[in-house]
Amino acid sequence: MNILEFKNVTKTFGGLTAVGNVSFEVEKDSIFGLIGPNGAGKTTIFNLITGIYKISQGEIYFKEDPIHDLQPHKIAQRGITRTFQNIRLFKKLTTYENILTACHDNATYGIVNALLRDHKFKGQEKKLHEKAQELMGILGLSSQKNIIASNLPYGMQRRLEIARALALNPSLLLLDEPAAGMNPDETIKLMELIKEIREHFGLSIVVIEHHMDLIMGVCDKIMVLNFGQKLADGTAQDIQTNPKVREAYLGEEEEHC
Amino acid sequence: MNWFYIKGILILSGINLLAVLGLSLLTGFTGLFSFGHAGFMAIGAYTTAVMTIHFHLPFMVALGVGGLAAALASLIIGKLTLNLKGDYFCIATLGLGEAIRLILDNVQYFGGARGWPGIPLHTSLLNVFIIDVVGIVFLAFLIRSRHGRNMIAIREEELASQIIGIDVFKYKMKSLMISALYAGVAGGLYGHYLGFLQPKMFQIIKSTELTIIVIFGGLGSISGSALGAVILTALPEALRSFDKWRLVVYGAAVIFIMISRPQGLMGGYEITPTNIKCFLFRFVKKDKKHQGMGGR
Ligand SMILES: Nc1ncnc2c1ncn2[C@@H]1O[C@H](COP(=O)(O)OP(=O)(O)OP(=O)(O)O)[C@@H](O)[C@H]1O
Ligand SMILES: [Mg+2]
Repeated sequence: MNILEFKNVTKTFGGLTAVGNVSFEVEKDSIFGLIGPNGAGKTTIFNLITGIYKISQGEIYFKEDPIHDLQPHKIAQRGITRTFQNIRLFKKLTTYENILTACHDNATYGIVNALLRDHKFKGQEKKLHEKAQELMGILGLSSQKNIIASNLPYGMQRRLEIARALALNPSLLLLDEPAAGMNPDETIKLMELIKEIREHFGLSIVVIEHHMDLIMGVCDKIMVLNFGQKLADGTAQDIQTNPKVREAYLGEEEEHC
Repeated sequence: MNWFYIKGILILSGINLLAVLGLSLLTGFTGLFSFGHAGFMAIGAYTTAVMTIHFHLPFMVALGVGGLAAALASLIIGKLTLNLKGDYFCIATLGLGEAIRLILDNVQYFGGARGWPGIPLHTSLLNVFIIDVVGIVFLAFLIRSRHGRNMIAIREEELASQIIGIDVFKYKMKSLMISALYAGVAGGLYGHYLGFLQPKMFQIIKSTELTIIVIFGGLGSISGSALGAVILTALPEALRSFDKWRLVVYGAAVIFIMISRPQGLMGGYEITPTNIKCFLFRFVKKDKKHQGMGGR
């Protein structure tokens, strides 16, 4: 079954076609890689999935339901969350508060319950705290619990963004260059973590990454974008041997050799 | 200084405190600036007066009606403007505040621009104090719930809030309505303290004063807002003997705080029993360290 489906999606900004007539499917429980040079339209695809941009043409399906007309928060509540290329944490809040805030959708109590501090409020609030604590542990952030997000090291901030996204119990997680700014060692650890997260939470992942070799290791399927057009998709092997990709993307690197 | 005079200042501080608490939720915790809160106070003040004078409702019930009327007005203005990005909301509230005042100026039923005398003096130090305490407790409870956390998230990073499933529009609306409710009740108390209402009392200067107090006290701090309201209401009164210079001193005090503590008096911190303990503990520790170093 496909968890996500793009059908002839186009996004234009004025005269610029950021994404042109792109179709692809992400299989449930898989890790799907999205690669391409700068300005290829990768982040734009994430913004289209999460409803931040409205598509110009085409259709997007999530679990076989159209989602391209929904507002961002509705899409998130359906089970798609993401991280941002240029980290967007709640900067002045602590690690714990960042995660706890994101857990909100696991509770249903209303404002009146909160003002009366009744049974419903206390019970659900306790669950939220337990969930935040658990996520902090899984992502290895427990020792950073009370540190203000903007004071965390870069790598930790990226982890915190993942933790925050997982707080919604998503079934599809979108990671926009999660390894940017990390050294090779950290990056390998991160890739391991991504695999673990997939197992532990039973979700599907789409990951954007610049480092080709990294993405080849973790992804079940990869799509290559170039100037907003789909160049190719398939397994890591297919991509590496695809002449079009070699020409447009890997070709440059070969010249250096 | 006699007790009557001091009591008057305390009541005025208490009324301002309530309006500031409401604005604190909107500006300090949700990140939306409003320059029309005097308008919501005016709606509350006039509605409450109509309820006690013409409908003979008990004061507390009338205050509730006044607060709800202000919240209702905020619902309408919110529906129209909260979808707009950035500063438009702020500008819209500015227009709203002035519009309400101009309408009241021309409605002869409420005495028009000349004012409305003979409002019963129901406001006392006791009922202001009780309402303030309830207002503070409710706000603190709200902030420490998922609803309050969602509002803070919107203040911090609106886009990320949407991505974690927060309905930004709905939460801005909730924040605005609760905020207007507080302002409306404060307006009702104000009219029944002075015994007289005039649209001029709810000019843009009043809105600005409330915003200054919230910033002075520190954005995102309930205790800061409360402290700021009391200090900045009492200060001009305490300085009455300086005559013309008092407003200069007031302005200088505000500027001084803004320069020396740009984050405001409390700067996002709260006065809670645990925080006081932590603070004192740190103080004691520092002291001991000092002694040790001196001994050497
Ligand atoms: N809001 C916008 N308004 C106008 N143009 C935009 C907007 N967002 C993206 N673009 C353009 O769309 C194209 C694709 O941008 P996008 O951010 O999706 O690239 P990317 O593949 O993520 O690149 P990078 O690897 O640098 O992150 C670029 O030419 C960019 O300038
Ligand atoms: Mg990008």
